[in-house]
Amino acid sequence: MKLSRVQELLEAVVLSGESHLDDEVLTGFGCDLMSDVLCFAREDAVLLTGLINKQVLNTVDMANMNSIVFVRNKMPSEDVIKMAQEMNLLVMSTKYILFEACGMLYANGLKGAHLR
Amino acid sequence: MSYELAFEVERGDFETAGGASRKIKKTLQQLGISSKIIRKVSIAGYEGEMNLAIHSWGGTILLEVAETEIILTIQDSGPGIPDLHLAMTEGWSTAGVEARRMGFGAGMGLPNMDRNADHFEIESKVGNGTKILMKFFL
Ligand SMILES: Nc1ncnc2c1ncn2[C@@H]1O[C@H](COP(=O)(O)OP(=O)(O)OP(=O)(O)O)[C@@H](O)[C@H]1O
Ligand SMILES: [Mg+2]
Repeated sequence: MKLSRVQELLEAVVLSGESHLDDEVLTGFGCDLMSDVLCFAREDAVLLTGLINKQVLNTVDMANMNSIVFVRNKMPSEDVIKMAQEMNLLVMSTKYILFEACGMLYANGLKGAHLR
Repeated sequence: MSYELAFEVERGDFETAGGASRKIKKTLQQLGISSKIIRKVSIAGYEGEMNLAIHSWGGTILLEVAETEIILTIQDSGPGIPDLHLAMTEGWSTAGVEARRMGFGAGMGLPNMDRNADHFEIESKVGNGTKILMKFFL
């Protein structure tokens, strides 16, 4: 599915990296433990998380994932948004809780991005 | 051909931590290393960098790119790890509240470094500090 479809389904606000909305995504990973993301998540996936600090951006960058959705209406600080813009990373925020956001994407065809 | 780059990582600096790993990733991309290997080095290096910021009193990361391998040496001068076997066990962590709030403390970092590196060595002594050597074959 296109990342623009992810945005649409989750009624998400785009915070940075708008140019990537046309990119494709096939898998997703929902998690608040960054080392678990680094351990279990496949690349090119969308990460759904309730954490909004800079280390979430670094984690997604290091693991070659393609985008981030902050859940539960979480809004990162200006600093974090600026860093995401500099990294040219697609970051969005949705009002849905992690369970609902993952469920909607899964029901629409996204698969789990697990490695192991 | 051989290439070297060194970084310092400060204790408790969760604002800038990760910066060394981002530079390492960029450098490897510029050197034309395959993205599969870059991902392994990036993940292992970043876990090491976060461990320096979270658990050590500060330390250094050295990146060496040689003809046939990439070497990452991550070391600090304390406090050291009392029980390496425990530290290498998945799920075991002494991370504090602040690190956990940032999403760390799953006890997965060291085992994941071992998994991503083709060669992994860790030495640690309480009072002396910790030294991790990782090799990634090109
Ligand atoms: N450089 C270090 N200096 C001192 N202790 C360390 C160092 N690196 C790791 N440790 C110890 O080893 C434990 C396990 O490290 P590991 O990276 O596997 O997990 P973690 O950092 O606690 O959590 P995670 O990496 O999943 O966020 C740590 O909790 C800490 O007690
Ligand atoms: Mg760790």
